[in-house]
Amino acid sequence: MLLEAVDGTIVQMQRGAQETEPIAHRAGLTLSREINPSLLEFLTGTAWEPHNGRFGILPLLNSTLIVSGIAILVALPLGLATAIYLSEYATPKARSRLKPILEILAGVPTVVYGFFALTFMTPLLRAIFGSSVVEIYNMASAGIVVGILILPFVSTVSEDALSAVPRSLREAAYGLGATRLETAIQIVLPAAFSGIAAAVILATSRAIGETMVVAIAAGAGPNFTFNPFKAAETMTGHIARISGGDLSYDSLDYNSIFAVGLMLFLMTLVLNIISQRIVRRFREVYE
Amino acid sequence: MSQASSKFTDTSVQVSRRHVSGKLWLAIFQVATLIGVVALTVLLLTILNDSFGYVAVENKVDPDSLAVNGIPLDAQDKENLVQTLRGNISAGLYARFERDQPFAERDEANVYALIQEFVISPRILESWTLYDSLFIREQISETLERDFPNAELQFRNWLSWNFVRAQQSSYPEIAGVRTAILGSLWTIAIAIAFSLPVGVGAAVYLQEYAQDNQINRIIQTNINNLAGVPSIIYGMLGLAIFVRAFGLFTSGIAFGAVDPATANGRTILSAGLTLGLLVLPLIIINAQEAIKAVPNSLREASFGLGATRWETIWAHVLPNALPGILTGSILAVSRAIGETAPLIVIGASTFIQVDPSGPFSKFTTLPIQIFQWTTRPQGAYHHLAAAASLVLLVMLLTLNATAILLRNRSRRSY
Repeated sequence: MLLEAVDGTIVQMQRGAQETEPIAHRAGLTLSREINPSLLEFLTGTAWEPHNGRFGILPLLNSTLIVSGIAILVALPLGLATAIYLSEYATPKARSRLKPILEILAGVPTVVYGFFALTFMTPLLRAIFGSSVVEIYNMASAGIVVGILILPFVSTVSEDALSAVPRSLREAAYGLGATRLETAIQIVLPAAFSGIAAAVILATSRAIGETMVVAIAAGAGPNFTFNPFKAAETMTGHIARISGGDLSYDSLDYNSIFAVGLMLFLMTLVLNIISQRIVRRFREVYE
Repeated sequence: MSQASSKFTDTSVQVSRRHVSGKLWLAIFQVATLIGVVALTVLLLTILNDSFGYVAVENKVDPDSLAVNGIPLDAQDKENLVQTLRGNISAGLYARFERDQPFAERDEANVYALIQEFVISPRILESWTLYDSLFIREQISETLERDFPNAELQFRNWLSWNFVRAQQSSYPEIAGVRTAILGSLWTIAIAIAFSLPVGVGAAVYLQEYAQDNQINRIIQTNINNLAGVPSIIYGMLGLAIFVRAFGLFTSGIAFGAVDPATANGRTILSAGLTLGLLVLPLIIINAQEAIKAVPNSLREASFGLGATRWETIWAHVLPNALPGILTGSILAVSRAIGETAPLIVIGASTFIQVDPSGPFSKFTTLPIQIFQWTTRPQGAYHHLAAAASLVLLVMLLTLNATAILLRNRSRRSY
């Protein structure tokens, strides 16, 4: 058997040739080549196909950021408004009724949120935007539900930050003739800024690491797209799908999820450290 | 006067405008708060909507035709039931049941269940949600007559006692969550047995013994950071360490407890230890708070009477911090019970019908079961996922209510 090698030379391969001892093939033996993706390729490649030697994390990273972005767009305004209402307006009675509801919302297991995304949010989006536009599995549905999931997180931590602002500041503002809204927005909110920023960053980190909602509702298979109504796999969703399958321990797909895991870990770690720094640096100490 | 102060002076027009915008924003804040409440309500309604509803059921064999000598199936004794079963299934299947567990040892309910599953074998052809069942009843009847003329319309409560008691099955009509509940309880028990002593020990060290130096500050920062690591990362850690590196021990091979040919590290023990690691930072931080709340005067009084540091901790600090530590642990348990992602990575079994028998069993848990049923395309499995979600939520609410009661009862002021 003659083969032409890449550089043009002719290579002769003998399979079960005469005059030689027949050698049994090892079952399952595969031709392998060394795969050595560079860090640059890892960070800038637009295809994640480990078996083809393409290790670009951008498709996974992109969908992770889109889902987290949608989640923050949902959770930040709602969470901040809830926090302002609870801390500045609500009577103690209303607060004692509303806070347990938010706590329940925070305690619902994420897999139940996944079920909710698939059986309620996706049909709702498809009914609003048309089922030709919105795919059955899509990032928007997952993102909105992740937003609901981190909403109690944003609101409780922000409310703690707002409540920590001393009464004297508010009373000084009222004394100058400011309305309740002006006091809340122009005095209390800036004073509590560091706590709120920390809450938002921590919530982002949670949205990035959230797995079950995206594993159920965002779709399978890496897909480099900016359209939130299309299916695309996030980093966490990819790890869950690969490790939940029947792949053997030493396959390339299996080992490559550790690279994705490292990326995920670094991202959340950096966010957590930033939020701790913000709290430490900008904390205003009163009295 | 400067521009800034003129904003707050004269004309009542401006004042009233400021008050209007204040009222407008208050309305916006209230609506935003309400959205959270609405989200929770809709979430619960979605689950309830899928937990009840009409189903179209078709029996392979009419139960009435199984009456022997005029005795209907329900009233037959065990001997008759075994005869009925034998007469209606293949000899091979009968032999297999006999091999699994001899019929002499089975009880009446068991044989009856076998007849239900393998002889009558009701199959759900179509299912509807509670909303559809209540509001488009006529349409359902039409569909039934048109598409499934032999089927019978039944109102089904998916969250029945049978559902809690039955084991996993590939037929949605008889599938249940017993295996999953037992798996959850086993993993949680192992997680707590591992993380409670370690966590409280670490908290006691950090709060009572550790000096404020560089190393201890780094440890403290690390613990705070660990609490923010995504749970799926813990799954990968558990996979690399417990399942693969220590597979010899977590599979039970090293203890001679299992058959080395089939065993692997994807066991309850690995899952429990992984969840234990996951909740460890939570337990440490909560225990630290509880220990911090014990007033210093107690410690000083104890020292003053000549007690050593350890005697003080054991006799005064820990008993006083215990309610706080327990509350923290219960919250940690309720976090661990709902965790799915790390167990998927560890390798929870996708389909398992045997109850877990020990730490080296393969396992599935309630959230894993919900995940699998949710990802199936057939509608009937979504009803199972909804019912299982209700079971999980009830477990969580019970735990959290206990934690709140404990916290309120033990609140003491010095």
